Amino acid sequence: MNSSAISVRNLWKVFGSGGAKIPLDPELSALPSSNLLERTGCVAAVRNMSFDVAKGEVFVIMGLSGSGKSTLIRCLTRLIEPTSGSVSIGGQDILQARPAELRDLRRQKMSMVFQHFGLLPHRTVLDNVAYGLQIRGAAKNERYARSREVIELVGLKGYESHFPEQLSGGMQQRVGLARALAGDPDAILFDEPFSALDPLIRRDMQAEVIRLHKDMGKTMVFVTHDLSEALKLGDRILIMRHGEAVQCGTGDELVGSPANDYIADFVSEVPRSDVLTLKWIAEPVASSTPGDAPVLSSATIIRDAIHTVMHSSSPVLVEDSGTITGQIDRDSILSVLRSTRAAA
Amino acid sequence: MRKTSVLKRLVPALAGAAATALLLSACGGSTVNQAAAADGSKTACGTVNVAMNAWVGYTANAAVYSYVAKEKLGCNVVQKDLNEQIAWQGFSSGEVDIIIENWGHDDLVKQYITEQAVAVDAGPTGNKGRIGWYVPPWLAKAHPDILDSKNLNKYASLLKTSESGGKGQLLDGDPAFVTNDEALVKNLGLDFKVVYSGSEAALIQSFRAAEKNKTPLLGYFYEPQWFLAEVPLVKVNLPKWTAGCDAEPEKVACDYPDYTLNKIISKKFSDSGSPAAKLVKAFTWTNADQDSVATDIQKGMAPEAAAKKWVDAHPQQVDAWLK
Amino acid sequence: MSATLIELEKTSGTEPAPAKLPRRRLSRRALLLLSAAVVWIAGFVFLHGTGTLALPTSELTDLHRSLNHFNSWVASNRDDNPVFLYLLSPLRSAVDAVAAVFTTVFAASSIGLGLPEIGWLGTVALLGWIAFAVGNARVALLTVAVFTFFGLQGLFVEAAHTFALVVTAVLLSLLVGLPMGVLAGVSGRVEKIITPVLDFMQILPTFVYLAPLALVFLIGPASAVIATVIYAAPPIIRLTAHGIRGIPENTREASDSLGTTSLQRLFTLQIPMAKRTIVMGINQGTMAALSMVTIAALIAAPGLGQVVVRALQSLDVGTAVNAGLSIVLMAIMLDRVTTAASERALPATQRRRSRVSRRTRMIVVGATFALVLMLVQLSRTMLWAARFPQEVNLGPAITGGVDNASEWLQTHLFLLTGAFREAVTLAFLNPFQTAVTETPFFIMFAALALVAYAFGGWKLTALVLACLTMIIYLGLWGDAMVTLASTLVATVIVMVLGIVFGVAMGRSSRFDKLMRPVLDAGQTLPAFVYLVPFLGLFGATRFTAIIAGVIYAAPAAIKIMADGISGVSPTVVEAAVASGSTPWQVITKVQLPMARKSLGLAANQGLIYVLAMVVVGALVGAGGLGYDVVAGFVQSSLFGKGLAAGLAIVFLGILLDRITQAAAFTAPSRSLSTAQPTTTKEA
Ligand SMILES: Nc1ncnc2c1ncn2[C@@H]1O[C@H](COP(=O)(O)OP(=O)(O)OP(=O)(O)O)[C@@H](O)[C@H]1O
Ligand SMILES: [Mg+2]
Repeated sequence: MNSSAISVRNLWKVFGSGGAKIPLDPELSALPSSNLLERTGCVAAVRNMSFDVAKGEVFVIMGLSGSGKSTLIRCLTRLIEPTSGSVSIGGQDILQARPAELRDLRRQKMSMVFQHFGLLPHRTVLDNVAYGLQIRGAAKNERYARSREVIELVGLKGYESHFPEQLSGGMQQRVGLARALAGDPDAILFDEPFSALDPLIRRDMQAEVIRLHKDMGKTMVFVTHDLSEALKLGDRILIMRHGEAVQCGTGDELVGSPANDYIADFVSEVPRSDVLTLKWIAEPVASSTPGDAPVLSSATIIRDAIHTVMHSSSPVLVEDSGTITGQIDRDSILSVLRSTRAAA
Repeated sequence: MRKTSVLKRLVPALAGAAATALLLSACGGSTVNQAAAADGSKTACGTVNVAMNAWVGYTANAAVYSYVAKEKLGCNVVQKDLNEQIAWQGFSSGEVDIIIENWGHDDLVKQYITEQAVAVDAGPTGNKGRIGWYVPPWLAKAHPDILDSKNLNKYASLLKTSESGGKGQLLDGDPAFVTNDEALVKNLGLDFKVVYSGSEAALIQSFRAAEKNKTPLLGYFYEPQWFLAEVPLVKVNLPKWTAGCDAEPEKVACDYPDYTLNKIISKKFSDSGSPAAKLVKAFTWTNADQDSVATDIQKGMAPEAAAKKWVDAHPQQVDAWLK
Repeated sequence: MSATLIELEKTSGTEPAPAKLPRRRLSRRALLLLSAAVVWIAGFVFLHGTGTLALPTSELTDLHRSLNHFNSWVASNRDDNPVFLYLLSPLRSAVDAVAAVFTTVFAASSIGLGLPEIGWLGTVALLGWIAFAVGNARVALLTVAVFTFFGLQGLFVEAAHTFALVVTAVLLSLLVGLPMGVLAGVSGRVEKIITPVLDFMQILPTFVYLAPLALVFLIGPASAVIATVIYAAPPIIRLTAHGIRGIPENTREASDSLGTTSLQRLFTLQIPMAKRTIVMGINQGTMAALSMVTIAALIAAPGLGQVVVRALQSLDVGTAVNAGLSIVLMAIMLDRVTTAASERALPATQRRRSRVSRRTRMIVVGATFALVLMLVQLSRTMLWAARFPQEVNLGPAITGGVDNASEWLQTHLFLLTGAFREAVTLAFLNPFQTAVTETPFFIMFAALALVAYAFGGWKLTALVLACLTMIIYLGLWGDAMVTLASTLVATVIVMVLGIVFGVAMGRSSRFDKLMRPVLDAGQTLPAFVYLVPFLGLFGATRFTAIIAGVIYAAPAAIKIMADGISGVSPTVVEAAVASGSTPWQVITKVQLPMARKSLGLAANQGLIYVLAMVVVGALVGAGGLGYDVVAGFVQSSLFGKGLAAGLAIVFLGILLDRITQAAAFTAPSRSLSTAQPTTTKEA
């Protein structure tokens, strides 16, 4: 378990007075949200949640509005106090941490980027980015030097002495990002960081995050309600509904084998050819297939295989770590493409 | 950017102007030091704290006393505007030396003179105070028999107002004065209601308007009071005061007694032997004296000037106080 | 004040109320209110005259008599009780010392010629410079003009005394108020405890505690300053707390996520972000302090208040107005300067772009300071710069003009005003007062409890019943009902004015601009100034008292309504106009319903402001609790009753405040949900 960066076990968060009893009560804890609210006046925003995030992984939490994503991600640094369960970060159980330890954790190990930026309006960009360092007690020169580096990294060079109000939404979120990066944390938590931005800027910012992740390899927990964003960024995706985990897996696992109708419905509009890999459509190798047919890795995304398959006179073989596991032909590709178009 | 250059020019200009002003001032006009030197000619008598109660008659007394103490004795007189109750409090905290016109106040006398022994009676001012019910002159002329309290019920409906709940109105004034009016109305069997105007100003203004607009009004008033010089209110006769007739407040059915107005000074001041203390003990004058000064003040003369006028006109009397 | 804050807090939190609830509650509430009215009317018709608990003006209860001993207790303990020796006396000396510094600098030194340390020219220059440094050139100019005008009025020294006391009081209020406000802002529990204390400090009439203060802190500046602080600190505390509370959750969360300690959070986040609201609190506190100067004059606080009080005693309208004008001008000046300062407190980007750069500004500030130093030096040497020249004196002209005008008014309008007064009193005030005072107390209990339950449920009902019980315990039920009747009538008038002028101002910004200074004057002109002419016009009656209350309270209500009306979303108005509504329809169908929350707030503030004038009203014939307070102030044998009456006013105030607040804040959910659909339908 210690190899994972973040490990969550049986986590509950119940809002409302007397909420602490609910996770312990087998009858109440089984009630659906609306009945629970009626009976106790409490809202169970996170229910019995367990998952692990590996070092360097981008872990996406997804769900519709109100499903408890923000609550969950805040429980990870106790910005919201969990009701029960455990959260351990780098092996340390943070629910047992004393205030000073918790502060240390927030200063050194985890930082967060918020949907509404949370910038301090009375401070310049430079001072906003340096804020976390100032809180730690870093000397002025040191923190400004470091902040300038980070500001350059997120592409805001030249805007150091602007105030947040003078920046566009996308630039403000870059400041938020820079602030999170400035302290060089082990992990960064994102709570719907780009949902307030328009689609073009959102795409830029997603690219930015991907780039930063490649460069620095930090663990990231990323909350979003946008499936395409989730698929684009996430190594793994956790889908939440009414505070519960519905399914957790890689993007093509969700699309390829949805755990239930809810997920199936959820992912129905995803262009399958863009997400699924050959693994999901490979058929057993037919005897008629020539041995010198082209070979593609099973991890190839279908869309990228189109060219090869269409130009090959025979079916194409699929291999997984050196062994041939199956084959695909034009028909299998076309059926995926057809279903994609129908969904769209 | 043009703005900046204007500012740049403005700053030296301002500084220059100030320097010029300084230079100019050095050559003309009197200086603070000269004035201070001219002022430092007082002999010492110490500081005297005189409470200033609000009415003009009081102001007249205080003005004349202060003028004499300042000019003839060289005292430093500090006047403090206070209401009566707080002025009496000042005796115990040592902040008030003199109340120069006191109207009775048995409760305060008991508390500060008898019990706490921080104040002493410094003798009468020579003024007589009278409290009673008054009507504006036009009403007295139009209905001469209103001046007898026995006939008041006849006028109850005339004196009715929207405030008096269907009865005749008796307008009371400054809550600082103890009145027996509610008991009087009851015990004399009058069909009247006491309405509280709430302040002396309200009372005076009511009488003033009543005389000017010839509206009927019956109210509580007192003399000496400068307002009587402006509008000579006429007193209504209540059953005559006899000693002891007002012993029990609930059963009073007679007129108010005449007050001998006196001066109250703090014990410490009295014992200090200061010439100012001697002066206040010797200070007496008549209602007419007070009215003349009060009327001058009321007409807009500064109290000091009114006092000077009276002092200059009555040199022997002032000398008698100073002996 | 408190209402505004609560309102702001309420609007910021979204309440997910189930959609069908308001309608059901509405009909039940109407039913409850209706039954309250029925109980009251039936109680009056069948039982009137019984159980009225009226206490004759000159009578006391045992409680009053025992409270009477308070004064003598203080007097006998002052010299040896350790609280007095080691706490209150040093406090007094400290306050006196601070007051003395400002007084000597601006008004008069206690030695020598009694000239101020920095003369009138130095004072004008220094204050103008400070206004420039904290605000801008415009307010600096205003400051210089206003102080010069004081000189021309012949009131420079008086004004400087008042200014010195106000500055002292505001400084001390900040010293007490800022930490308390921060505490109340950070901790909900502290705020809960402190709120009723602040209500108490603001509603308890000054007359009640002036005499004991003078006994404890002696006559003079210290008592005056402390009395002022009691009144001026609450708005500072409330607004500071509100500013800190109002910081967006997401900003606070962001700073927490970086691992701030609570001290770091306070200094890097909460105080900087609340700065503007805090400065607004300072503005409010300053205004409150200034409104105390006339009352503080009653314990020998020097300054303009004394001129006004003395003029009131001799019914000298001209002099009173001259001094009153100074007070209004000082209020406007202080208001504009602190407002400019609060704009400067905004982060650089939010305020209007200034045309000069920061550096140029610093240079100008520095250079003008040198100039100020020179002028101060000049004032210390030259007599003409030290003492304002007597030759130019507009005072007599103003005084004479005002005297003539007031004389003319009183002569020519008397019949008209008299008839008006009679009509309102007989048709409106007398029947209503009879219905309130003649109804048995238990009927009033029941009716008010029903009203409270309709608006605020059990909690409010319990509070209201507790307040009423306290009033009975204080032995002043009858007087309290007299005061309640006048207060309610005055509030109705205030609301009518508020709606009429508020709508007019909300719809026309030109009219708004025109009215603002008039409203400012109405709020800051000491009542003592206009009492005398009003006495001439309306006599010593409850009506005059009501008018005084209206003059003071209407500006606040009008301002709130104007803001509410102009705050109605322009698109909604546009939609209504586009669908062919007449202006009248727009006002009655769209703007007023949508500004319903402001309506409630205006009623609440109107009530509280009217209540603040209860004591002043008693000086011109209001009777009731106000008279008891005044009498307690001037007669030691009535001190206990006055104190009890002051407390009764507080309980009455809290009761009315909580009921109107509850009424105001439960209304909007309905008004919005009903107002919006109709307008869209029309559109
Ligand atoms: N402080 C709170 N008190 C009570 N209930 C709360 C609180 N915060 C959140 N909730 C409830 O918890 C549930 C989950 O809220 P949360 O904000 O975590 O959802 P979310 O998935 O982040 O939604 P969104 O996508 O809209 O941000 C909601 O039903 C919400 O009403
Ligand atoms: Mg969320």
